[in-house]
Amino acid sequence: MPKLSIDGTEVEVADRTTVLRACEQAGVEIPRFCFHERLSIAGNCRMCLVEQVGVPKPVASCAMPVTEGMQILTQSERVQAAREGVMEFLLVNHPLDCPICDQGGECDLQDQALYYGRVRSRFREAKRAVSDKDFGPLVKTVMTRCIHCTRCVRFMDEVAGVPELGTMGRGEDMEIVAALEGCLHSELAGNVVDLCPVGALTSKPYAFAARPWELSHTESVDVLDGTGSAIRIDARDGRVLRVLPRVNEDVNEEWIGDRSRHAVDGLAVRRLDQPWLRRNGAFEPVTWDVALATVATALQDAAPERTAALGGDLVGLEGMAALADLMRARGVASVDCRQDGGAFGSGEPASWRFNATIAGIDQADAILLVGTNPRREAPVINARIRKRWRATGIPIARIGPATDLTYPVTELGDGPDALAELARGAHPFVPVLGQARHPLIIVGSGALAREDGAVILGLARQVAEAADAAGTDWNGFSVLQRCAARAGGLELGVVPAEGGLDSRGMVAAANGGGLDFLYLLGADEIDPDAFRDTFTVYQGHHADRGARHADVLLPAAAYTEQEATYVNTEGRPQRARPAHPPPGDARPDWKIPVALAARMGTPLPYDSLAGLQRRIEAAHPHLAGVGQLPPPAPLTSFGDAAGELNGAPFAEVVPDYYRTCPISRASATMAACARAVADA
Amino acid sequence: MRDADRVFSNLDGTAAAGLAAARQRGDWDDTRALVRRGREAIQGTIRDSGLRGRGGAGFSTGLKWSFMPKEPAPGRPHYLIVNADESEPGTCKDREILRHEPHKLIEGTLLAGVGISAHTAYIYVRGEFEAERRCLEAAIAECYAAGLLGRDACGSGHDFDIHVHRGAGAYICGEETGLIESLEGKKGFPRLKPPFPASAGLWGYPTTVNNVETIAAVPAILRRGAPWFGGIGRPQNTGTKLFCLSGHVERPCTVEAEMGIPLRELIEQYGGGVRGGWDNLLAVIPGGSSTKVLPATACDNLQMDFDGLREAGSALGTAGVIVMDRTTDIVAAIARLSHFYWHESCGQCTPCREGTGWVSRIMDRFVAGEAAPSDLDTLESVCAQIEGHTICALGDAAAWPVQGLLTHFRDELEQRVAGSYRFLAA
Amino acid sequence: MTEGAELFPGPDRDEAERILGRYPPEHRQSAVLPLLDLAQRRHGGWLPAAVVDAVGDYLGMPSMRVRELVTFYSMFHDRPVGRYLVQVCRTTPCWLRGSDEVLAAARQELGIAPGETTPDGDFTLIEVECLGACADAPVVQINDDFHERLDGGQIRAWIHAHRGPKEG
Repeated sequence: MPKLSIDGTEVEVADRTTVLRACEQAGVEIPRFCFHERLSIAGNCRMCLVEQVGVPKPVASCAMPVTEGMQILTQSERVQAAREGVMEFLLVNHPLDCPICDQGGECDLQDQALYYGRVRSRFREAKRAVSDKDFGPLVKTVMTRCIHCTRCVRFMDEVAGVPELGTMGRGEDMEIVAALEGCLHSELAGNVVDLCPVGALTSKPYAFAARPWELSHTESVDVLDGTGSAIRIDARDGRVLRVLPRVNEDVNEEWIGDRSRHAVDGLAVRRLDQPWLRRNGAFEPVTWDVALATVATALQDAAPERTAALGGDLVGLEGMAALADLMRARGVASVDCRQDGGAFGSGEPASWRFNATIAGIDQADAILLVGTNPRREAPVINARIRKRWRATGIPIARIGPATDLTYPVTELGDGPDALAELARGAHPFVPVLGQARHPLIIVGSGALAREDGAVILGLARQVAEAADAAGTDWNGFSVLQRCAARAGGLELGVVPAEGGLDSRGMVAAANGGGLDFLYLLGADEIDPDAFRDTFTVYQGHHADRGARHADVLLPAAAYTEQEATYVNTEGRPQRARPAHPPPGDARPDWKIPVALAARMGTPLPYDSLAGLQRRIEAAHPHLAGVGQLPPPAPLTSFGDAAGELNGAPFAEVVPDYYRTCPISRASATMAACARAVADA
Repeated sequence: MRDADRVFSNLDGTAAAGLAAARQRGDWDDTRALVRRGREAIQGTIRDSGLRGRGGAGFSTGLKWSFMPKEPAPGRPHYLIVNADESEPGTCKDREILRHEPHKLIEGTLLAGVGISAHTAYIYVRGEFEAERRCLEAAIAECYAAGLLGRDACGSGHDFDIHVHRGAGAYICGEETGLIESLEGKKGFPRLKPPFPASAGLWGYPTTVNNVETIAAVPAILRRGAPWFGGIGRPQNTGTKLFCLSGHVERPCTVEAEMGIPLRELIEQYGGGVRGGWDNLLAVIPGGSSTKVLPATACDNLQMDFDGLREAGSALGTAGVIVMDRTTDIVAAIARLSHFYWHESCGQCTPCREGTGWVSRIMDRFVAGEAAPSDLDTLESVCAQIEGHTICALGDAAAWPVQGLLTHFRDELEQRVAGSYRFLAA
Repeated sequence: MTEGAELFPGPDRDEAERILGRYPPEHRQSAVLPLLDLAQRRHGGWLPAAVVDAVGDYLGMPSMRVRELVTFYSMFHDRPVGRYLVQVCRTTPCWLRGSDEVLAAARQELGIAPGETTPDGDFTLIEVECLGACADAPVVQINDDFHERLDGGQIRAWIHAHRGPKEG
């Protein structure tokens, strides 16, 4: 624990601390451009120079390790002069185009220039002009603004693991370029916009849309995958203009995937903003009153055993609970929250949670991926796996289709046979897992969302048990949920009751004419043609696939328009908050089943969101701990390891990262990304 | 100096470079015994000789070697890198060693390797020196064939390999950490220090980087003893040194002379004198392009060693002496150097990337007689803003020649302020 | 194009392997500059993008990293150059001894400006910074060879002698 003095104040910091960090701990702010906590140290911008007493040259505080007795000055004349000098150099070839720059108002260079910039320029030369580059549909470049901090290059190399950015030329002519014009092949590319300290890289979809001070900021949680990344929703005039990541060290650090960030233009189009009723094959707009009356009658007319309800992938706990309560009150057994038919133990949380926790990846010392492509299913979690691999080079193996995950992977086979071999203990990777202190087995929906999913679940559990993956302080058996609603639905128990149909059963029953009434709550990832002849109610925010053969469309709020609780793949409840009210007549998800129950004369035992949340929390106390991890769940004997495997390879469950849900399918930006990847 | 004191007897290439000729000059004479003296003795002799690095910075070679760990830790080999990326304008001494005295370099590399407990050395030759590289590789091949290198080199029990690595055109790779990066197959971006190469150098392993001339002097020092080398020149400035005489001398050449030789003697004895006579001298850049130019008035009694040149306000640098007579446009001469640093700035850090081009453009305005009066102050402060603020010394090297010009030839610059401005200022 | 055998056919393969042999096997990337040089020599003195990428594949380096090197190091050319690459040193020691005259003579004799290639593709003329032969100034490097202590007449004569029908 070296002691040093910073501006005359003695501080004690941990070993290996840098001077910059020590200054921060002492409450002294050091300006910087190239330095970023989560990237390697470049030391190139020179803005963080400080004076070390007794050392002739100023030192770059970002890179300089502290030593005992070091005396650091951050406010001396020399430091001020150094910063002013560096600032002048940064500005001489930087255009004075702040009025037309989207970074304006949130620009590090602009901010620092206020403190260290000269009032007038004495640069009489022609400023450097750099041709813009095409980084694809998300990242707009104005390369003349670049100050060569290389944060973007380092991010793509180190965090994203897609080394497609680099510097061309040298000296004054150095430019940042992309390997391929028109596309960055990363699901995390949008993060470079946040990292760019100037306006060289800005958000292309957000170009010229707003100034930062015009926007309302809503702290929320992302629901476009199962990670539960912390986000900030920036909105104006009833419209979401952009989504930015917030820091949550335990979940997303400070990254988000490109879909989470950029699908939000889809929120403004193809919206259901009023109830519709199908009459003579065509939809007609109707009032809520007519719509609810129609649904109530149909529901009352249908026999409970010929009635079913299916919760979709973007639905929060409250909406799911209200629908489940409505159905249970009518004695309906066929409710399910697993559109994809994923096999999970019933009531055994360890069978659906990422038990190791996302932050736990940082401790994993051997990883087995089973039927999952985390890069597409949860890019931020994939980046965390990559981070762990970069730090220690842990062995990572996979059972499933071979794709580039940005780190080396040993391929063990493409389907359940390889898993069975591991479960028999015959495979060379078995001792690798067995010797690991923190073995991590990540099971994805490519393995579980299939007819023999329960068998695979059981085999995966056996592999984990054989590797001693679950103990008192570590449970390495981890299911990667790829959508936001699934874990919450399972926590609530939105699965068929005794004798009820699961989603696969509903499809089969409907095809055989065995269903009279189906309630789709934002359920769009299931083949709607099966329900052609079933009276179908679709509640949701987009008239997407689920609406195709629906008889009644009930307009609901999207995740940016309502308060709702989401449980991420770890089992961590988090709250999404409304950035603005829902459009038109759309209503929060939870209210619609409540209104329907009231209309049928069998009201649910709550009529407020708070009341509903209290009821959920009473039944499931751990869901009250918003932001907190649930208590560890034991590895019980779930799954059906003795069942029969069908041998088919595990499927790639997210063939198109950019379009996975009604919002992203409505997004022109996501369509452009998918096109760019296809064209490249 | 006495011929007997010369280290490089074939500097001009009158004799052959090959092994047989080298042996006749005394190279590889019982090298086995020198190797067997061991690390401590070799380090001690080099330290006691007062040998300072010949690449420009003049750091004590023995002290530099002592920064290396005593013995390699398991799995952490030591590396010696010989810096033959000679690119400093005015400097062409290592080239003569590479092509005419390669065996001194190779033998020195082996002995220096023993001195730092290394078993592998890389000689990083600047890419343009293709003929020199071939000559060096041929000499190394002779050594392997003769058992002087490789397993049990010279029968000493010390295994030692030397590999030649060719650069590809970048002055910055002469900076030792830029060189290491380049040798690792990357852009030659100098590294942030600490860590220093002695703790984490090539591929993260302890590494010493020495200049060609430094290493090539090692065998002679070990054979003739520290007192011999230390007895040449004066304390802190010992030994013989290669000087490159370029520019306006009658016979440009690279020559070995004792440290501290007066500049005038150096030029007149070895270079045939200043073109047009000593009185025709305008200025001298005494130690390669990055050292500050000195006017003729400072040259009469100039002692050519580290301390002598430091006292004169310049530096010995690489001892590349660029001589300029009175026909020289001194502003243009320095502007060409500013252009050089602009061209060679790697672009990694801000002050050098943005400052060198700015300086060069201002200098070009002075050359063209189009400068504004304020350009003098701007030039001065831009140089000050570069100097000392960069990752490596290239920024300093770019600032110093201009600073020397400002110190000694300010009136010359003032006369280049555009006529219209001078009229306005009057 | 991506296989080492195709990138470095025949004896070049041995040369490439010999170059790789200088470095520990886990540091193949260290061979990239010499291998780019070898590839450039075999591809008419310049490096088409496909060749650059092939060198990257050969060494297991991302193509971006290799492309950076091609633009960082002045001896690599990402555009075609003439059969003779005439590089006139412009730095102060050469300039003091008449590099301006040498350059002017070369320009006039070739009828091109620095940075240009003669229409027949035989000569590319460029100005370069210090070649490290200052005591033998002025210096012109033509392909691998240094031509030292030149004057205008000598460079003219050299160009004249190397002009015309290609030999071998």
